[in-house]
Amino acid sequence: MTRRILLHILFYILLTALAIVFLLPVYLMLLTGFKSISQVDLKTMWSMPNNGLHIENFIAGYKQLAPNINNSLMMVIPEAILSALLGSLNGYLLSKWKFRGSNLIFTLILFGMFIPYQSILIPLVKFMQTIRLYGDIPGLVLVHIIYGIPITTLIFRNYYAGIGTEMLEAGRIDGASLMGLYRYIMFPLSAPSFAVVIIWQFTQAWNEFLFAVVLTNQSHWPVTVALNNLAGSQLVQWNVLMAATLLAALPTLLVYVFLGRYFLRGLMAGALKG
Amino acid sequence: MFRRFELRLPQLVLAIALILLGMVFILTLRSVPLIIADKNLTSLALLISGLIFYAGVLIIVSMFQSETVLTIALLLPSIVAVAIFVYGFIGWSVRVSLSQWKGLNPDFTWVGLKQYYSLFHNDPRFVIDIRNTAMFTVGFILGCLILGLGLAILLDQRLKGEAIYRGIFLFPMSISFIATGVIWGWLMNPATGNRITGINLIFQSLGLNSLISLWHSTPQPWGMAFTVIPAVWQLSGFTMALYMGGIRSVSEDLREAARVDGASEFQIYRYIILPLLQPVTLSAVIILAHMSLKIFDLIVALGNKAISLDVPGIYMWTTTFDGTNYAQGAAIGILMLISVAILVVPYLVQNMRTETEL
Repeated sequence: MTRRILLHILFYILLTALAIVFLLPVYLMLLTGFKSISQVDLKTMWSMPNNGLHIENFIAGYKQLAPNINNSLMMVIPEAILSALLGSLNGYLLSKWKFRGSNLIFTLILFGMFIPYQSILIPLVKFMQTIRLYGDIPGLVLVHIIYGIPITTLIFRNYYAGIGTEMLEAGRIDGASLMGLYRYIMFPLSAPSFAVVIIWQFTQAWNEFLFAVVLTNQSHWPVTVALNNLAGSQLVQWNVLMAATLLAALPTLLVYVFLGRYFLRGLMAGALKG
Repeated sequence: MFRRFELRLPQLVLAIALILLGMVFILTLRSVPLIIADKNLTSLALLISGLIFYAGVLIIVSMFQSETVLTIALLLPSIVAVAIFVYGFIGWSVRVSLSQWKGLNPDFTWVGLKQYYSLFHNDPRFVIDIRNTAMFTVGFILGCLILGLGLAILLDQRLKGEAIYRGIFLFPMSISFIATGVIWGWLMNPATGNRITGINLIFQSLGLNSLISLWHSTPQPWGMAFTVIPAVWQLSGFTMALYMGGIRSVSEDLREAARVDGASEFQIYRYIILPLLQPVTLSAVIILAHMSLKIFDLIVALGNKAISLDVPGIYMWTTTFDGTNYAQGAAIGILMLISVAILVVPYLVQNMRTETEL
């Protein structure tokens, strides 16, 4: 028994040590962010704020990124909602109304989730220029919705596949049509899946960089592109940069902290059935 | 196929109204562009008009009492979008990669596999890219699997506060690769002497001078190995979650039976759980490997486009959009696609087969 207790203490030490390493970057961002400007020095990177908590860095970081945070919000909100609606319809049809070839179609759709986007980037840019959706947020929303079809369809399809067909059969006996069954039976049951998909698409689009950097011009840059640019410029002090990085990561971090359960389910869906 | 056609007047009126409305919008937009607040939203409006038109068509389709036809009609917009944006664009990229398009004006002169040939035969940068990708992939997968499995086993010990630890190991997944790259760039600051900072500073103050490192600025090929650290920080939690799912699915009865037979906890992991986790490992390897073949934003933020840390994703981006060498960019993109497809297609096909059997 003592051996078991010792083993448990060892496990705790190991886990805690690892947890500290995992939290180190966040600790550094908070620490630096709250220091006064006079105290910011690379040599004292790890020391505590010594003259009270300051928020100048966060204000300066916010000033740098405010337009881009706004751009990201304008993109992510319609994108997440429309993606979820489309995914829900696709998932319902591909799980409950299978036809010859429907599994093949689903697999072909699913492949779109794994492709490196570099392999479609040149046609995409030229196409978006041709239809004049290049450079601005609406085009980026459209692109995220389309390349989001595979994962949103997958999550909803797996979810609906787990709902028994008894209710649908009962609905059919009562004379409901294909869309009636969706509207009155499946859709009201889908709230958890909508949460998973909206959160997933929100996080993905917020964090995405490649489409954002090639499809938008500077005044419409989402936050990832602006942050990368800020990090590469010599004009911004690193303490402001740390605060800005935390601000840029904050929305998805908050989603994770408060809605982590749903975020995790999206994450696991990406691994197919494992 | 069309067993019955049930005419319902109100729906028919609505359908015709939608179709006409969609057509009027489309015809108007073709001659009058829609500009709101200096933004040309014509194509977006065209898309919406098209969907209105299609909604009318769908209502008429639904009157034919064939659910299969209606299903396909409802799926059609998504299928068409994926067909164009995934498969059509891949085909278009392949065509560009077989041309000599360099410069802003498209040039589709056929040059066969020349772009691919020169990437492999006389392009030192692409050789660096392949070496870096190989280094990154091996380190990243091993790091995630070992740490992920270790964490999953530790968290399987019914310790108090398990949920908090799990939350801590998983939170990096919610942060962008760009933010991760920026923070770790500071943590792994290679400056020495008076300007020493980041993790090196911690090592110095702990007296662990031998651990002070140049991190990703280490001369190649080993510098690339350090870029694995932030990537593992970000994705070992995900691997842990996959393994935890696998461990939980091993029935408690099986474990109890082994215990009754006198197996130690260690033996239970070694001879029962680990062998049962093989499918999880396979999925994890496929997912992690395909991510590492595509790795892009993390390295951009961490390496600031340093050539020593170059990967195909960055080469494609710079050669295409900075160097306007479209043909070469397309060839790199297609090579990335092929490497990912070799990995993922068998996995998808198998997934589809097992489903069809059910």
